[in-house]
Amino acid sequence: MTTRTTSTNARLTPEQLEAFGNEMDAIRQRLIADLGEEDAAYIRGIVKKQRQLEVAGRALMYLPPAWPLAVAALSVSKILDNMEIGHNVMHGQYDWMGDPGLNSRMYEWDNVCPSEQWKYSHNYIHHTFTNILGKDRDIGYGILRMDEDQKWHPYYLGNPLYAFLLMVFFEWGVAMHDLEVENIVKGTRKLEENKALHAGIMRKVRTQALKDYLLFPALTGPLFPLTFAGNATANLVRNIWAFNIIFCGHFPSGAETFTEEECQDQDGEESRGHWYYRQVLGSANISGGKLFHIMSGNLSHQIEHHLFPDLPARRYPEIAAEVREICGRYGLEYTTGPLHRQLGSVAKKIFRLALPGKRAPRPGPEAEQPVTLAA
Amino acid sequence: MTITQRLLGSRTLAALTAPHSVDRYLELVNPMWAATEVRARVVDITRETSGEHPVATLTLQPTSTWRGHRAGQYVQVGVEINGARRTTRCFSISSAESDPGERFTITVRAHDEAKPGQQRVSRFLVREAEPGQILHLSQAQGDFTLTESPATPTNNHLLMISGGSGITPVMSQVRTLLRDGYDGKANRKVTFLHYARSEEDLIFADELRRLQFEDNHVDVHLKFGDEVFSAESLARLVPAYRDTDTWACGPAPMMHLIHEAYGESPRLRSEFFKLSTAVGAASGSVEGDLSFTRSGASATNTGDSILEQAEAQGLSPEFGCRMGICFSCVSRKTEGTVRNVLTGEESALPDEDIRICVSAPVGDCAVDL
Repeated sequence: MTTRTTSTNARLTPEQLEAFGNEMDAIRQRLIADLGEEDAAYIRGIVKKQRQLEVAGRALMYLPPAWPLAVAALSVSKILDNMEIGHNVMHGQYDWMGDPGLNSRMYEWDNVCPSEQWKYSHNYIHHTFTNILGKDRDIGYGILRMDEDQKWHPYYLGNPLYAFLLMVFFEWGVAMHDLEVENIVKGTRKLEENKALHAGIMRKVRTQALKDYLLFPALTGPLFPLTFAGNATANLVRNIWAFNIIFCGHFPSGAETFTEEECQDQDGEESRGHWYYRQVLGSANISGGKLFHIMSGNLSHQIEHHLFPDLPARRYPEIAAEVREICGRYGLEYTTGPLHRQLGSVAKKIFRLALPGKRAPRPGPEAEQPVTLAA
Repeated sequence: MTITQRLLGSRTLAALTAPHSVDRYLELVNPMWAATEVRARVVDITRETSGEHPVATLTLQPTSTWRGHRAGQYVQVGVEINGARRTTRCFSISSAESDPGERFTITVRAHDEAKPGQQRVSRFLVREAEPGQILHLSQAQGDFTLTESPATPTNNHLLMISGGSGITPVMSQVRTLLRDGYDGKANRKVTFLHYARSEEDLIFADELRRLQFEDNHVDVHLKFGDEVFSAESLARLVPAYRDTDTWACGPAPMMHLIHEAYGESPRLRSEFFKLSTAVGAASGSVEGDLSFTRSGASATNTGDSILEQAEAQGLSPEFGCRMGICFSCVSRKTEGTVRNVLTGEESALPDEDIRICVSAPVGDCAVDL
């Protein structure tokens, strides 16, 4: 079933938060102690599959009738590379293996966004300040209005159009994310600050474009245009898939946002328990089968991922039931639902927030408003 | 360089496999195919000594990317024990100088596990590894090398001093001199002084005995048990030792004595390995010094996270979340034990990447900051 948000989420006392945090820490500890051979074999197996699909996809481009198959293989390869491998490896989930090929500091993904820049905005900014308005730039990515508390502006009438463009050009959107263009427009960021970032992006773009749009097409000789189109399609498929999975991570109804003040305790700092609490309430899962979880890089377990971003993603399914049970005991909503429902919920939000309007709690099961907790 | 190697190392191929390296694809087909990385297959394992800490010599067939080694150099060996965690340690090469792609040997003593996970590499190589095992290697490193050309006879007197398993790099040098000299002779006076705990504990025993009796210009002196190194006994053997080119390699206490004997003499070249970090401090204790090797700063350990202690010293290491999730602050700990403040887990591996925001030193600790 889909859960939706209402104001049912419990506000926890500092003591409860601490107890909640301890339960989460216990899961964490248990997982860390258990890491080993199986995790290593799993990620190596996925890497092998990804490389095989990639080689198959590139090779099938020589057979024009097999073009759809070639595109499919290459698309899956890029999706695996970016999500189950790239995203997770760059989180440091496999650093403990000591394998340079699976090390967060060395991994570079098949995507125009330089891993170095992505790790900063994602691992640090997004995962530390998850769903804190004004801190987490993943709320609308500086382009969209994805929360009622983002002030409306006529610009946002284009919300659905921007979302569509972001979906189609997702890897480019991710690459430009760190440039904080919206802050440059606002005048709070100087163009010079982007110089170094620019150079990094251009270098990566050249590498990516060279192989997908020049070398591999050229290697197929007269089939150049077909291979070119095939590679572009594979990149597009990956863009659309990644966008859809990622937008279901924090934007479906049920996922909440926070203000900075809400997160602070009496000492003006956020407790570890509250951090866990915020990760649960700010994230949403997608239900589905095993293959679906692999293809989504286990981001379908967004809640577990946000609780334990540096632990191997293949472990999320096995702890999901336990996390859900704990959340239930503390009266915290564990938002989840099948892909189509979560996507519908996100789409509705994109359209609704194109128009002005403050959060006006609408009654009934279709209520969309993330409820901000009073401090 | 063969055509295959040139092709594998080409920029075009690299552009096609980007952003991944060519090796990430080759290794899936055959671990012995490589464009830049170096790996080796163990082809033979020979026990040198038995006992509590047995020693074995492993013959390695490296990938064609191996650039060869000079006598006295070492190589970093990475092993995935149980297929999961790769641990890397340095081992001296014991065979005579190798050419690119050529086989060589390492000679390893199995150390105890001071703590779970520690010293597993040497134990694994000696007791568990079997021919066919794949190892991850670095290129040969180190400048504890033989500067003499074995092919050119000279009247320079060379002095080699080794203790225990410190014999390995020195053995590589002696073997190189004998292999590449005329008539299997060193063609210069070589004094080879070796200290072993006991006769049973003597590495390369048969070969050393043979060297003792052959006419090869190498003068082998073996000392056992209580006969520790002393400047006096060395002076009896080589009166002008301070003016003799000397290569010395052995355990730290012996190296200390040798350095004292040589004073400031530039003729002494020495090598000692970073053995397992001493497990000095008790678990969780807040004592010892925390040193930052790159900046040269150092302070008494306060028990806070290394990031906080670095900042207190006026350093500004990179950081992000300060709660152990974002990996922005990962730095290399070169020596000592650290405790993960979140999990309480302690780790004493040398040259280990740690998240300094959630790691606190246990006893003396050095971090590359």
